[in-house]
Amino acid sequence: MAVKDYLRERFFPHLWCPGCGHGEVLGGLIRAIERLGLRKNDIVMVSGIGCSSRIVGYVDFHTMHTIHGRALAFATGVKLARPELTLIVPMGDGDALAIGGNHFIHAARRNIDLTAIVMNNRIYGMTGGQFSPLSGVNVSATTAPFRTIDKSFDIVELSRAAGATFVARSTTYHAQHLSEVIEKAIRHKGFSVVEVLTQCPTYFGRKNRIGDAPEMVKWLKDHTTPVGSKAKQENPALIERGVFVDLEAPEYCEEYGRLVERAMGGRR
Amino acid sequence: MAKPKLKRHLINRDWCKGCGICVELCPKHVLELDEQDKVTVVRPQDCICCRLCELRCPDFAIEVETEE
Amino acid sequence: MGKTVRFVQGNEACVEGALYAGLNFYAGYPITPSTEIAELLSLKLPQRGGKFIQMEDEIASLCAIIGASLTGCKVMTATSGPGFSLMQEALGYAVMAEIPCVIVDVQRGGPSTGIPTHVSQGDVNQARWGTHGDHAIITLTASNHQDVFAITVEAFNLSETYRTPVILLFDEVVAHMREKLVLPEPGELHTVERLKTAVKEGVDYHPYLPREDGRLPMSDFGGVHRYNVTGLVHDMWGFPSTEPRVVHGLLRHLVDKIENRAHELARFKEFHLDDADIVLIAYGSSARSALHLVEERRRRGERLGLLELQTLWPFPADVVRTRCSRARAVVVVEMNMGQLLPSVKLAVERPDRVFLANRIDGVFITPADIHNILRIIQGKGV
Repeated sequence: MAVKDYLRERFFPHLWCPGCGHGEVLGGLIRAIERLGLRKNDIVMVSGIGCSSRIVGYVDFHTMHTIHGRALAFATGVKLARPELTLIVPMGDGDALAIGGNHFIHAARRNIDLTAIVMNNRIYGMTGGQFSPLSGVNVSATTAPFRTIDKSFDIVELSRAAGATFVARSTTYHAQHLSEVIEKAIRHKGFSVVEVLTQCPTYFGRKNRIGDAPEMVKWLKDHTTPVGSKAKQENPALIERGVFVDLEAPEYCEEYGRLVERAMGGRR
Repeated sequence: MAKPKLKRHLINRDWCKGCGICVELCPKHVLELDEQDKVTVVRPQDCICCRLCELRCPDFAIEVETEE
Repeated sequence: MGKTVRFVQGNEACVEGALYAGLNFYAGYPITPSTEIAELLSLKLPQRGGKFIQMEDEIASLCAIIGASLTGCKVMTATSGPGFSLMQEALGYAVMAEIPCVIVDVQRGGPSTGIPTHVSQGDVNQARWGTHGDHAIITLTASNHQDVFAITVEAFNLSETYRTPVILLFDEVVAHMREKLVLPEPGELHTVERLKTAVKEGVDYHPYLPREDGRLPMSDFGGVHRYNVTGLVHDMWGFPSTEPRVVHGLLRHLVDKIENRAHELARFKEFHLDDADIVLIAYGSSARSALHLVEERRRRGERLGLLELQTLWPFPADVVRTRCSRARAVVVVEMNMGQLLPSVKLAVERPDRVFLANRIDGVFITPADIHNILRIIQGKGV
């Protein structure tokens, strides 16, 4: 099938700003699903609130646009009820890690087979450019007129520590790589996280004078490096991209199936 | 595998928002924005069919069609 | 074969009722005085192949059951005041997206952490208006374990019938007290199954287009119809809309499907109302004391009656009005500062004759408490 066969074309052009990276993440995701050969009826996509969350309106799957920060909790219910379905949970950085931080670490801890895609543009876009827990220090935002003093999370390390069994990072510059790691994440059995560094030219770019969308995409090229590269040793400020965690571990729904066998066996 | 040969660029002007990502990041400078800020193909002969414009377009507005 | 008779807590009666109704997915978070519901279901659901999950908080618990409901499961969560407060946003989502689910709130003293192990009926208005925005809600309660069982089955039935969250508002006394429960046989109580769409694959399915009878057939996630579910105002396909006609239509539908059926949704019990000149109105464990007092005063020739409400919301105004039309006085018995009182006053012809008999100190209201207040109302002194 072609990419457009997975889209709800009647809603295009989409609502995202010119140059917003979210559309490219959507493209990378669709191409990954196409390569995996998944049936549309077998995919459930659950999102929360924010610019990124509007992604579910554009895909021809079973889609659920929920409440701010709680997408993973809704998805956990769907997955445990119907483990044979493929669950994909796109979130923004604020959605996933500010209001949704608790659900994020607990979904990782359970190692339930969901694919979390964190579209990290380091800003709250929908509400007009407030800083997020991923903005980091010295960032200008509408709620940080004197620049931020808040440190940011490292999503990769947070996910690893919380128990995610697949963790990757890519960027909207690295379009091919982005789609490939999403494919691997969906294929992975267990809780998988893909952090995508993406651009918000409207708020983050303008507020922080990084330039327009093409400039922001080039910034992602210049400030990242493959995981374990020599460049990172020479310049520790570079952000690594690639697959950081890829472990086999008991998956929650499968373990629950075994628990049911024990519970039912004990009675017979 | 033989090098893909360009058939044409399919451009959806209704979906293009003129962000310029495809124009700026095309390795061969094949594309430009027209006076209405929509992407247009100006040097098709230079296209190497790398598809980076297609992959990076946030708006699904450009497709690279190659000869079978 | 004789019926199964058990000696159980109210929480266990609720669990048995839920399983009877077909509960097969539960998510929850421990909180006094509702925890026994989670404990019992962690045992019983896996034993019958159902799903039990302990979530990271009450918000996640309600979200998880909403997700599971969309796959076709019958779902429930249980909590108490603080957890119920956390659930309010997701409750509104279930209202807006019209997703069947049952939420048990075993009330304890509030506000805030309050008095976790003591009784209260302080969440009556939270059940009605806890989540933001105009909406309607079904809230049911019961005063004894046989009724807890039956009303729990009813909660699932109404939830499925009207595609709406239903709140079961129990209280600490009913939840923790032990008494007899006769388990109904399968088929003895009516159970409503999910109404599934008959629309075939490839034909346009409208998840939010009500049939002529107002019901909306569902299609399970994972099935042949792919649609969108959102908490945004949406059209009949489930896609966001700001079209004034659509906004108005959806709001009216959400409210009317419940408020216009207040009469048929009214569940209540009547005791000695035919000739009562004083009508007590009570619900939940307060109704036990009210009934005791009514029976006792009847033996002394006093014409007391009791209207026990099991449906609190939508408020059964017609029932209250007709049952109170001949009463000299109406006394609302509650363990709060009069949360149902204003609705009763609005319903009756003589609101000046409506009084409150209450306790708010975490102590169960006794027949003597109600009697003392009655004497004051009657000008007899204590």
